[in-house]
Amino acid sequence: MAECIWFFAEERDGELRKVAYEAARTARRLADEAGTQAVGVLLGSGVTGLAEKLGCYGADKVFVVDDEAMKNYTADGYAEVTAKLVEEHKPAVLILAASVLGKDLSSRLAARLEVGLAMDCMELKIGDDKKLVAKRPIYAGKAMCECVPGGEPQMASIRPNVFPTGEPDESKKAEVVAVPLNVDPSLMKTKVVDIQKDTSGKIELTEAEIIVSGGRGMKGPENYTILEELAGVMGAAVGASRSAVDAGWRPHSDQVGQTGKVVSPNLYVACGISGAIQHLAGMSSSKVIVAINKDPEAPIFAKADYGIVADLFEAVPVMTEEMKKLKA
Amino acid sequence: MEIVACLKQVPDTETQIKIAGDNKSIESGDIKWVMNPYCEFGVEESLRLKEKFGGSVTVVSVGPARTVEALRTALAMGADKAVHVETDEALTPLATAKLLAAAVKDLNPDIIFCGQRAVDGDQAQVGQALAQYLGMPHVALGVKVEVAEDKSSVKVSQPTEGQTVVYEMPLPALVTAQKGLNEPRYASLPGIMKAKKKPMDKKSPADLGVSLESKMTILQLTPPPQRAAGKIIAGETVADKVVELVKLLREEAKIV
Ligand SMILES: Cc1cc2nc3c(=O)[nH]c(=O)nc-3n(C[C@H](O)[C@H](O)[C@H](O)COP(=O)(O)OP(=O)(O)OC[C@H]3O[C@@H](n4cnc5c(N)ncnc54)[C@H](O)[C@@H]3O)c2cc1C
Ligand SMILES: Nc1ncnc2c1ncn2[C@@H]1O[C@H](COP(=O)(O)O)[C@@H](O)[C@H]1O
Repeated sequence: MAECIWFFAEERDGELRKVAYEAARTARRLADEAGTQAVGVLLGSGVTGLAEKLGCYGADKVFVVDDEAMKNYTADGYAEVTAKLVEEHKPAVLILAASVLGKDLSSRLAARLEVGLAMDCMELKIGDDKKLVAKRPIYAGKAMCECVPGGEPQMASIRPNVFPTGEPDESKKAEVVAVPLNVDPSLMKTKVVDIQKDTSGKIELTEAEIIVSGGRGMKGPENYTILEELAGVMGAAVGASRSAVDAGWRPHSDQVGQTGKVVSPNLYVACGISGAIQHLAGMSSSKVIVAINKDPEAPIFAKADYGIVADLFEAVPVMTEEMKKLKA
Repeated sequence: MEIVACLKQVPDTETQIKIAGDNKSIESGDIKWVMNPYCEFGVEESLRLKEKFGGSVTVVSVGPARTVEALRTALAMGADKAVHVETDEALTPLATAKLLAAAVKDLNPDIIFCGQRAVDGDQAQVGQALAQYLGMPHVALGVKVEVAEDKSSVKVSQPTEGQTVVYEMPLPALVTAQKGLNEPRYASLPGIMKAKKKPMDKKSPADLGVSLESKMTILQLTPPPQRAAGKIIAGETVADKVVELVKLLREEAKIV
């Protein structure tokens, strides 16, 4: 079983997250390139039933630690449990999502295992010598770094929404291997004392397929309703520039950019956003970018696939109506 | 309370990044260096804890000679002393974390702050690795930090996708700072004057007995994929333009 490509399957509230499927499919592809198996790790409480399904996304096998102590993610707990599994089975590669959980877990785990970790990758392949080769943005995407993480397993985390999940093959089931908790819970020092759900039912920016984002050009917090209407029709999340956040119009968690969230949706619609370098850092890996800005010289137009020079207060409501027609 | 804030000096976020001739590093000639913005939140939180609980704040940084400027900024904000681990080498996160662990161990910190990531390599790894090496629990992306009155534990709020999780850890522990934690203060003029007299302890990796072995091979740096020049959509009226846009999104980009 050595040489396998492992992935970490992220779960929350009894459901696998989309990034778990992205990681599974990526591990499958790498395993095919390397001529080996794709193996998942799933930690949680009452999660055994989810494991089989990872087979639909390419997992041959899934190790499951299903225990009350694994109910909530804590860095020290999850890192130690995963490290023990890795030490026992010695995979060649371990892939995680570059989600909040995945970035945190992978960092602690890499130090625990004393191996190299390529964080937030945009591309992964198996090179000629069967080693994982990763490509990741540095300096907020102003350069790309191609690198080979050292040690065993080679570790990489993958940026959400970049690696395809592929269509699930419902006929495929993964072999499920139950593993008893391998770490004394009293050694896990971190406890979760509260979880506050965002009640707004908002789509999370880093996971959204479409983002409609507003900047200082929105002129005030009340005007975001026109973006919310457009987002509602398109099934999009609403983002913001730092200027809008600093003005108190939108919460910190909505900020896109170098000191906000890095997003890669299929479509990013920037409304009244000038396109400062720090904003571009957060959204230039979007597949299609649309800019609506009344200033034809705004730098955002240099990055946009489609630009509309117009007053957003005129353009956005028309777009909402057009999208409604399309969806009708 | 013994409080430690780890900070890194990074290129100002406005900096244009040029890849150097070796294709493995960047040209460092015209860069304006500043304290990593996320580290500012960590320094600020350290100062606030000291104001509440007493004790001292030590700021620590690993980097070349210029790093002293970032440490001085933190001293001017109000930190008590600085430790500079001087090296010109480009280090991996693990090597940096080992140096930091060796540098802070004897301070017996109750709490350590790092930034959630440094905006140069965008690694988001050093804080977690440091906590692991020191055998401490950690919580990343803290936007609220509440140390218990008896200083035995800390509660940290962490925003994740669609929810905020509140963690509790016994001290000593490490927190990585996210935007929203606080508004960092500016260094005052008297602060800047005072900073000049505050202790700046210099150490080398050799003094700390740390091996800088790298677990990462850089093959090459490349410019980011260029986006093809886009279309400015023409039209008589705004409505015409938008109708055309939606058509293009559907028929050309096939995205809606
Ligand atoms: C360390 C650091 C970190 C930073 N991090 C981030 C970050 O993470 N994210 C971020 O976004 N910024 C960040 N910034 C800030 C960044 O430099 C810019 O100041 C900010 O992005 C500008 O926001 P904006 O485009 O909304 O505002 P502006 O630059 O003021 O642009 C407003 C735009 O709206 C247009 N407009 C106005 N009215 C209308 C209208 N009626 N119709 C159409 N268009 C209109 C204007 O033409 C203009 O182009 C950071 C800065 C620093 C120094
Ligand atoms: N060279 C360094 N010296 C001191 N602290 C550092 C250094 N590198 C990283 N850190 C700390 O670790 C955090 C995360 O950095 P990184 O893992 O490089 O993204 C930074 O915000 C700092 O608090």
